[in-house]
Amino acid sequence: MHLIDFDLNINEITKVEGSAGLDVKVTNGKVEYVKFKVQDYKRFYTQAIKGKPITAVPQLLSRICGTCSIAHLIASIEAVEKTLNYEPSLQTKILRTLTYHGLIIRDHALHLYVFVLPDLFKKDSLLEFDENDKLQHQLLHDTFAVKSAGNNLTKYTAGRSVHAPFPVPGGFLKIPDNNEKKTIIEEMEKVRPAVLRLIELFLNSPDQLVRPTNYAALKNDDYSYLEGKICDMNGVIAEETEFRNHLEHVVLPYSQASAYTFAGQPYRVGALARINLNQQALNSRTKKDCLQALKVFPSHNAYHNNLAQAIEILNSIDDTIEILKNNNFKPAKPDKLELRAATGVGVVEAPRGTLYHKLTIDDKGIVTEGEVIVPTGQNQITIELDIAEYIQKNLDRPKDELALTCEKIIRAYDPCMSCASHFLEINWL
Amino acid sequence: MKKTLEKNKKLKVGWFTFSCCEDSTVLFTELLNEHWQDWLPYLDFKHAKVLKSKNSLTDMDVVFVEGAIASEEKAKELKKIRAKAKVLVAVGACAVTGMPSAQRNEFPEELRKSIDFLLEKFNYGEKVRRLDEIVKVDAKVPGCPMNEQKFIELIEQMFKKFNIK
Repeated sequence: MHLIDFDLNINEITKVEGSAGLDVKVTNGKVEYVKFKVQDYKRFYTQAIKGKPITAVPQLLSRICGTCSIAHLIASIEAVEKTLNYEPSLQTKILRTLTYHGLIIRDHALHLYVFVLPDLFKKDSLLEFDENDKLQHQLLHDTFAVKSAGNNLTKYTAGRSVHAPFPVPGGFLKIPDNNEKKTIIEEMEKVRPAVLRLIELFLNSPDQLVRPTNYAALKNDDYSYLEGKICDMNGVIAEETEFRNHLEHVVLPYSQASAYTFAGQPYRVGALARINLNQQALNSRTKKDCLQALKVFPSHNAYHNNLAQAIEILNSIDDTIEILKNNNFKPAKPDKLELRAATGVGVVEAPRGTLYHKLTIDDKGIVTEGEVIVPTGQNQITIELDIAEYIQKNLDRPKDELALTCEKIIRAYDPCMSCASHFLEINWL
Repeated sequence: MKKTLEKNKKLKVGWFTFSCCEDSTVLFTELLNEHWQDWLPYLDFKHAKVLKSKNSLTDMDVVFVEGAIASEEKAKELKKIRAKAKVLVAVGACAVTGMPSAQRNEFPEELRKSIDFLLEKFNYGEKVRRLDEIVKVDAKVPGCPMNEQKFIELIEQMFKKFNIK
């Protein structure tokens, strides 16, 4: 065997949220290191909330990320409510669930159709899809129809799909009009066949990178993104408030983000972890129509995160239809929350994985400490290990092909660099 | 004098992102849900990392820039973009006002000291700046996220200005 030495540097990975780079070094036929570098500049949100009133926090922390702002907003609202020992009403919980389904549909659709699909068709961009090719024409139309369904759902419940104005601690500033439910249900039913096509496409994709690794997600009996206990592959279970105790912060000097291990092990978070752990909790209509696709889980194939996301889009559609058919919304004003000095934790499943918001306030409701842990930081080490595994096994391939595949692997994780670079880790040395 | 539309002429555009949450990028992709058949046949994306891998910093009619400028290196990048653009549009609150990405500019001294080592380590600028502190900005779409209606009006204006449709 020839000894191989090379460096692979990708300065700017495209079709991802934010700015990231990759450095790989191979010496004597062995991968020496893989560095996945988050290059977005920090915006110091957890520093900026110090000294601010607790009520101002959710809208500010929503600004950590554009694409998953709803996840940050709801996690932060949950942290505020837990801090103030407040339990939201059933209607509020239902409206948050619907708001969240809109996010999952929109955000996964952006990732799968706009970022990943061009790779599947060996194209540089969705913009190059051929309108005269039947399948590509169909997928182009599907892209915007599915994204629109998610966007319209979140607009309906929360006022806007990015930095939504209606959800607040204690409830919603505006309750959706029951007369508009029918339009939303119709749009969901209309895009359902498109999502089934998407699932089929990813089920048949030959891409494979199998490397067993631990995974973790919120587990519950209704596939909620907002409630449950955090479980990993080995059955380690943590209450939301204990989640942080299981995480270890790992300093990566080349990255502007922080990395983590769970129970001392690298792990993955996101749709693949969720379906691996909790597929039995999916909506029954989704399960019925995804029999073949669901058979591949649990899976350690990194690319199956794409398939898992496609299934989650369908689940959010089916759950939305069921909820809207079975509920009428009543007028309600947000409850007023009583201030107290305390610490609270909000944990949600963001589209890319478990998201953790922690707040400490004094008796006047002023923030004294805050911490946010995002999915991309939790996936960082696993991404690097996956790439090392892939490169090690494909040293004979041309460098262009290696670079292209590395980008595909990174894209499969749906990383978000805006999220990953929002804060300063206090124990960074 | 009546202008004649040039057949198959497209608006050469770029979409660039600096320090921000990319909410306007996301909103742009959401606007495409309703407008893609109207707009995409007339747009030639020369540079848009969110949409494509093969990008080139070439002459463009209109560049949309979101985000604030957090370092000298990024300021240089912005100047290069400006040099290639006939029209530069600042999109979203961070590009137009600096905030909230510029919130560290307002940190009290003690808080500022706690982040200094990081600013130094990664060569951050002393201050985070809005676009018009560094280059000439021809149009602004304010809002956090950007005001959708203003953006739609602006892109239609640009199609007219460059004789596209």
